[in-house]
Amino acid sequence: MGIGLSAQGVNMNRLPGWDKHSYGYHGDDGHSFCSSGTGQPYGPTFTTGDVIGCCVNLINNTCFYTKNGHSLGIAFTDLPPNLYPTVGLQTPGEVVDANFGQHPFVFDIEDYMREWRTKIQAQIDRFPIGDREGEWQTMIQKMVSSYLVHHGYCATAEAFARSTDQTVLEELASIKNRQRIQKLVLAGRMGEAIETTQQLYPSLLERNPNLLFTLKVRQFIEMVNGTDSEVRCLGGRSPKSQDSYPVSPRPFSSPSMSPSHGLNIHNLASGKGSTAHFSGFESCSNGIISNKAHQSYCHSKHQSSNLNVPELNSINMSRSQQVNNFTSNDVDMETDHYSNGVGETSSNGFLNGSSKHDHEMEDCDTEMEVDSSQLRRQLCGGSQAAIERMIHFGRELQAMSEQLRRECGKNTANKKMLKDAFSLLAYSDPWNSPVGNQLDPIQREPVCSALNSAILVSRSQRKAAIVNLSLLGPRNPQSAKATSSCPSNGTGHTMSRTDGSIWNWILCIRHSGRLPTLAMHFKSSHYIVAFSQHGSRPALQI
Amino acid sequence: MACLLETPIRMSVLSEVTASSRHYVDRLFDPDPQKVLQGVIDMKNAVIGNNKQKANLIVLGAVPRLLYLLQQETSSTELKTECAVVLGSLAMGTENNVKSLLDCHIIPALLQGLLSPDLKFIEACLRCLRTIFTSPVTPEELLYTDATVIPHLMALLSRSRYTQEYICQIFSHCCKGPDHQTILFNHGAVQNIAHLLTSLSYKVRMQALKCFSVLAFENPQVSMTLVNVLVDGELLPQIFVKMLQRDKPIEMQLTSAKCLTYMCRAGAIRTDDNCIVLKTLPCLVRMCSKERLLEERVEGAETLAYLIEPDVELQRIASITDHLIAMLADYFKYPSSVSAITDIKRLDHDLKHAHELRQAAFKLYASLGANDEDIRKKIIETENMMDRIVTGLSESSVKVRLAAVRCLHSLSRSVQQLRTSFQDHAVWKPLMKVLQNAPDEILVVASSMLCNLLLEFSPSKEPILESGAVELLCGLTQSENPALRVNGIWALMNMAFQAEQKIKADILRSLSTEQLFRLLSDSDLNVLMKTLGLLRNLLSTRPHIDKIMSTHGKQIMQAVTLILEGEHNIEVKEQTLCILANIADGTTAKELIMTNDDILQKIKYYMGHSHVKLQLAAMFCISNLIWNEEEGSQERQDKLRDMGIVDILHKLSQSPDTNLCDKAKTALQQYLA
Repeated sequence: MGIGLSAQGVNMNRLPGWDKHSYGYHGDDGHSFCSSGTGQPYGPTFTTGDVIGCCVNLINNTCFYTKNGHSLGIAFTDLPPNLYPTVGLQTPGEVVDANFGQHPFVFDIEDYMREWRTKIQAQIDRFPIGDREGEWQTMIQKMVSSYLVHHGYCATAEAFARSTDQTVLEELASIKNRQRIQKLVLAGRMGEAIETTQQLYPSLLERNPNLLFTLKVRQFIEMVNGTDSEVRCLGGRSPKSQDSYPVSPRPFSSPSMSPSHGLNIHNLASGKGSTAHFSGFESCSNGIISNKAHQSYCHSKHQSSNLNVPELNSINMSRSQQVNNFTSNDVDMETDHYSNGVGETSSNGFLNGSSKHDHEMEDCDTEMEVDSSQLRRQLCGGSQAAIERMIHFGRELQAMSEQLRRECGKNTANKKMLKDAFSLLAYSDPWNSPVGNQLDPIQREPVCSALNSAILVSRSQRKAAIVNLSLLGPRNPQSAKATSSCPSNGTGHTMSRTDGSIWNWILCIRHSGRLPTLAMHFKSSHYIVAFSQHGSRPALQI
Repeated sequence: MACLLETPIRMSVLSEVTASSRHYVDRLFDPDPQKVLQGVIDMKNAVIGNNKQKANLIVLGAVPRLLYLLQQETSSTELKTECAVVLGSLAMGTENNVKSLLDCHIIPALLQGLLSPDLKFIEACLRCLRTIFTSPVTPEELLYTDATVIPHLMALLSRSRYTQEYICQIFSHCCKGPDHQTILFNHGAVQNIAHLLTSLSYKVRMQALKCFSVLAFENPQVSMTLVNVLVDGELLPQIFVKMLQRDKPIEMQLTSAKCLTYMCRAGAIRTDDNCIVLKTLPCLVRMCSKERLLEERVEGAETLAYLIEPDVELQRIASITDHLIAMLADYFKYPSSVSAITDIKRLDHDLKHAHELRQAAFKLYASLGANDEDIRKKIIETENMMDRIVTGLSESSVKVRLAAVRCLHSLSRSVQQLRTSFQDHAVWKPLMKVLQNAPDEILVVASSMLCNLLLEFSPSKEPILESGAVELLCGLTQSENPALRVNGIWALMNMAFQAEQKIKADILRSLSTEQLFRLLSDSDLNVLMKTLGLLRNLLSTRPHIDKIMSTHGKQIMQAVTLILEGEHNIEVKEQTLCILANIADGTTAKELIMTNDDILQKIKYYMGHSHVKLQLAAMFCISNLIWNEEEGSQERQDKLRDMGIVDILHKLSQSPDTNLCDKAKTALQQYLA
């Protein structure tokens, strides 16, 4: 029997440790196997009735085993991420009992974690700081400033820089340009975004054909969505549908005018463009805020920050106008209108016209509900011309993909991306199809940040804001989400949720899709010997 | 020349310094008490951290004056306190300072000061006492000379966190051996100190913990009490377990592990208790890891060696925990080649601890390999371990040599290793060297190891004999130390087992019959048993028996008679009867028995003894005497029949013991033939 770890895709018919990306401790000889057919002497042998524990330390990427509660010492170092607990059984009739923490462990894992917490704490406490006084302050200011610049909060960045006596490395105009492009991407107007990028940063996309391809695929998706400007101008019937995002299952998850940022795990919920504009940390996921309250909140925020930026003022103006005009505000409506306003003002009148504004006013008189909006969700906004344009664009895309392959060789990521995008057409209701999540506005965010990073790199700015790289936050929102979702799906066990970002007991299955494989492992066995630790229960039964 | 020029300059500097110091001392004699107080305060500020100034003031006689002021009824409490502070500061200097203070009888004066009602003054006295008692030059007995001191200190424990810290520190340094433990225990040390373990002050907790570790060491009475002491509703062992959690300071983890270890060795906690198996043992193994300081690693390994020494299960667990055996190999890598080049300070530090590290590792290996063959194998297979141990045998440090011998002794219990690694590394060579002129403590262990190396299957036996082991061992049998006598005679016994005639003769010659007799009347039962064993081994195979009996027959028969007549236990008598049976097996030696009626009567007596073992042994003698095929068997049979032996044989053939019954029947058949 072998107990250990393996990455996804490792052959399940062989003992863990024998193959690449798998690691194991074998009971027959007590050896440890580190992706190799030949083992190293490691620990004692183990057999029926023994309780074997396996602990992965995610801080230093090592692994040690325990036998009946006694630590056997480090078995593996420099482990790769994303390993799954694995048991390999060789003898017919073997049975293992697995404990993922549902029973107390024999080994005192809490004590081990306490030691590491103290260690890390001491490391932080001892971290050398420069001699110069006030260095901390400067560092924090730099972090804030670079964050603001990176995500294009130019007005705030400017004001912040002024009040802290810093110089912003990037010109204001450049920040505004990036912001404009980002907003277009996030609004789903990919065509315009690409055009603007080519205008402002000529040769950027030529040098990044893969990025261009990604953008174009996104454009295709937005065409399906009916949001891309190329199909929108082809006469979507309702102006509403032009500007709004299709209503997604979470009514407030969408129009994130706020650029995405790594610190906010569920920033998809931050629907209020203006608040996000101020701080980047607000997440108004409770969409029941009354318009008035929101307004005043916004206002006070404005005052307290003492920023007097024309751009922001204009937002407020459009907002108050809205308040004046509407007596009853449906939440949905407000969002639509609002995002619209911000998008337009900040993009300096791009597609912004008073006529349009009026249009919308009329439209808002009719009560809009989720149901009705779902009805409106038609391919390319329901226009035949738009569909034709979309099909044509799809062909171009296909051609581009082929050309790209000829020039740069095979790219599985690109291939998959294109396939997924085209799959949308296979369903009568793409939004509710298995590939429908592509249409979710949140999918614009990775595209947006990739483009933003590419622009910054081309201008030799930092690729990621310092804040995002710092130790304090989870490395990316995806991993943070995965961790927090773990206990809720009922299959995994996280030792301590608060420690999730730096510490995980190995047996936290982070991927529910993996579980069946593991379960099959257990099913095919009928004998004894323990896997992992459990407390009071005396070993295993036949 | 340079020296000559330099001397006057030095002199002048010295006189200058002395002059300024003189001023401080002079002010202590001022008639105005206020000026005296100011003088003492200035002196306090002058001596802090200045060892030269301290030495100067002592030379100029400041100490007796300070002590006078401290004891004077008329001195203000403030002055007394300042005096105690200055004295404490002086004690912080070199060991010579402490000696000078002791010469001025500072301890009684300070102890007297503890009777004052003023807490500040008491604390100052205690601080000074603490500094003096923790110095290696202070005899700890000074704490116990006045019987009223300990109870008074116990009473002061409740006064403040400083009295608690200092008093516990004094106790933990002055408690050496069972007498001191008993005194402290009888004055309620356990109850008075136990609640300090939950003190808010880390220093108090730590010193209280240290107190318990010295109190419990090899002391069942204290240990048994500790197990049942409750502090804030928790038992003391549970509190100790909490203190060895991994996030606690290392010093605290180590000391609480010591407490639990000592309580376990004193029999107060079972060796299979979870707090030992799952807490104390892993904690001590962690203390051996590379991350710990050298001092901590030494203490950790020594304590662990002590914990697991008597228990094979603990040895097995320790041997698999955190690669301990490999971890210990690292103890031999100091000073490392890196430290020599990069950092002189580090090299100095490493050198200082190198001996301690090695001896600690040897001790722990000795404990690990005490019982389990697999563990011994693992130790020997560790990189160059046999070489290291063999090198350790000839190190200059007695401590290292002793530990190396203990380690080898532990490993020599393995038959397989005796035949292989011990032979490959010619362990016997350095061992024989160690045995020359070694202190007793080393001799005891080295000679027990020699016993193992002289077992008949050991390939080392031959070369050891050739290098003069017989003389050496015979010398050991004359030692004052009973342990050495046992080992000497034991080794000789092993050596004589199935040995050739020449060796046997050598042993007899070297030992001399006088010494043999002396050993047969030795007060130590073990010595007596092994001597009889030696005789039995000497008297085996017929030609040897006849040869030896022809030269030493008379003395041996006398010795046998003496033991059979004396007050001895069954095992001794049985062993003696077996010797007789061996003699009866000789050709000519038989006659020594047949002509000795006294002996024959004794054999007859033991045939009818109530103890089967003795009956059997006596039966062997008779069988050998009446055996048919040998010359003169008829006469012997007749003589024994006349003595009534046949009747006894008939009786024994009805015995419920089958072995005895069979033997008797076989003997009777000899008569029939």
